[in-house]
Amino acid sequence: MHIPDGFLDAKTAATAGALAVGGLALALRQVRIRLPRRRVPLMGLAAAFVFAAQMLNFPVAGGTSGHLVGGVLAAVLLGPSAAVVVMSAVLIVQCFLFADGGVLALGANIFNMAIVGVIIGYGIYRTVRRLFAGLRGLVMASAFAAWCSTVLAAISCTGQLASSGTVAWSVAFPAMANIHMLIGLGEALITALVVVGIARARPELVEEGAPPQRYGEFAAFGLLVALGLALLVAPQASSFPDGLEKVAATLGFEHKAAAAPLVAAPLGDYQMPGVKSATWATAWAGAIGTVVVFALAWLLARSLTPKSKDDAPAPRG
Amino acid sequence: MRLDLLDRHSRLDSPVHRQPAAAKLFVAVASVLTTVLLPVSKPAGFAIVAAVLLIVAALSRIPPVFLAKRLLLLEPIALGVAGLAVFQPDGWRVFAVVMVRTNLCLLTMILLSNTTPFAGLLSVLQRLRVPSLLVTTLALMYRYLFVLMDEVGRMSRARASRAFSVRRGTAWWSQAGIVGQLFIRSTERAERIYAAMCARGWQ
Repeated sequence: MHIPDGFLDAKTAATAGALAVGGLALALRQVRIRLPRRRVPLMGLAAAFVFAAQMLNFPVAGGTSGHLVGGVLAAVLLGPSAAVVVMSAVLIVQCFLFADGGVLALGANIFNMAIVGVIIGYGIYRTVRRLFAGLRGLVMASAFAAWCSTVLAAISCTGQLASSGTVAWSVAFPAMANIHMLIGLGEALITALVVVGIARARPELVEEGAPPQRYGEFAAFGLLVALGLALLVAPQASSFPDGLEKVAATLGFEHKAAAAPLVAAPLGDYQMPGVKSATWATAWAGAIGTVVVFALAWLLARSLTPKSKDDAPAPRG
Repeated sequence: MRLDLLDRHSRLDSPVHRQPAAAKLFVAVASVLTTVLLPVSKPAGFAIVAAVLLIVAALSRIPPVFLAKRLLLLEPIALGVAGLAVFQPDGWRVFAVVMVRTNLCLLTMILLSNTTPFAGLLSVLQRLRVPSLLVTTLALMYRYLFVLMDEVGRMSRARASRAFSVRRGTAWWSQAGIVGQLFIRSTERAERIYAAMCARGWQ
C-alpha cells in the first residue's frame, strides 16, 4: 500500500501532506504532554519493533506469504497518539532508507497508514472493547479493528490515486477494496494472535500500555481524518469528477460556484449504469463482509480464549 | 549488525559522499519534484534527469549491480499500483509515464540513502526544527532496527532448531509468538536504555 513517487499529482500530494503534518503534529503534542518520560525510549524501540515485525513472513496458500502492518497492534499496545508517531517513524525510515514509498507521497502514505489506519482502527477497537469485556473482548476488538483499518487505509489510498488521475476510481476501488478485504483477514488473525500472546505472558503491557485517551483529543484526530476522507475520497465515490479541482474552481470563480453544484448534485451517481455498479457491488460486499468479519472475530476470540487456560495451544518455540 | 546490508554503501568515500547531507537531501527532493511535475509532452526532460542521476551514480562509486538489484527489489510495488492503470482507457500510456517517473524517483532515493548516512539526514531534520521527540524516535529506531532484526533471526533459528517441521496451522501461531516475544523484549530493552540514558545525564 506504499505509494511510490510519480503516482500522485501535486495537489493531492500537497493536500495529503498538509493533513499528515497536521495529524503528526497533533500526535507529537499529545505524546509530549501525556507520555511519562521513562517511556520515551520505548517510542523508538516500538518503531524498530514494528519494522522488524513487518519482516516476518506468514505463509499463505500457494507459496505466497503475507506480513503484519501493525497499525492497530501499535495502537492497542501504546495508545493512539503514540501509535501515530511510531507508524509515521516507520514510514519515514522506509522512505529515506529503503526508498519504499515516495518522498512526495510520504504525506499520503502517513495519512493512509499512520493516521487513517491507526485512528479509525483505534476508535473501532475502543467501541468493541466497551461492548465485550475481558480477554475475549480484547482479542475480538483487536481482530475486527485490524481488518477495518486495513480496508479503510486501502480505500483512502485508492481515493488519492484516483483524484490524481493515475487510475480510474471505478476500476481501482473494486480491485483495491476486494484485495484488502482478504489481506485484512490475515492482518486481523496476526494481530489477534500477537495480542493474545502478549496478554498471556505480560498482561500489564496490554493494560498499562494504552493510557485512557481524552475524548477531546481523540475528537480532534477524528475531525482531521474526516476532513481528509471528505477531500480525497468522497469526491471520487460521488458523481463529481474531481473534488479538489471543484474546490479550486469554487474558490477561484465564485460566479461558477452557484451553478455547478445545483446541476450536479441531485443526479448523484445512482442513475449511472454499468461502470458505477461495480463500485456499488463492492460497497455492498464490504458491508456484508464487515458483518461476517465481526462474527469471525467473535469466533476467533472464543477459540483463542478457552475457559480453562491451561488447555490452550501454547505457542511452540 | 549482520543486517546492515540495506544502506551499507552510505559510508564509502567519493566526491558525492563528501557533500554535506543537507545539500544532498535538497537536491534529491528537487530532483523528485522535477520528475513528478515535468509535463509528459517533454520527454527530453526525463532523459536529462536520467542522465544526471547516472552521472551521480558513476561518481558515487556504488557498485552498479547493487543499484540495479535495489531497483528491481522495489519494482513489484510500483508494478502492482501501475498495473491498475492498465484497465482504463488510454491505460498503457499512463502506465508507461508512471513507470518512467517512478523509476527515476526510486533511483534518486536509492542514491540518496546510499551516499548519506542516516545520522546526517537526522541532523538536517533537527536543523529544520522538526520536533525533538520525532528526531529522538527516528534516531533510536535506526539504532535498534538492526539489533531487533538480528533478534528476530535468533528467535527464528532457535525455533527451527527445536521443531522438526512447521505445519501451516502452527506456523502462524509460532510466528505470532515471535512477534509478541519481540515486543516484550523491546519494552524491556527500552527500560534498560532509559536507565542508561539517565545514567549518562539525558534530559
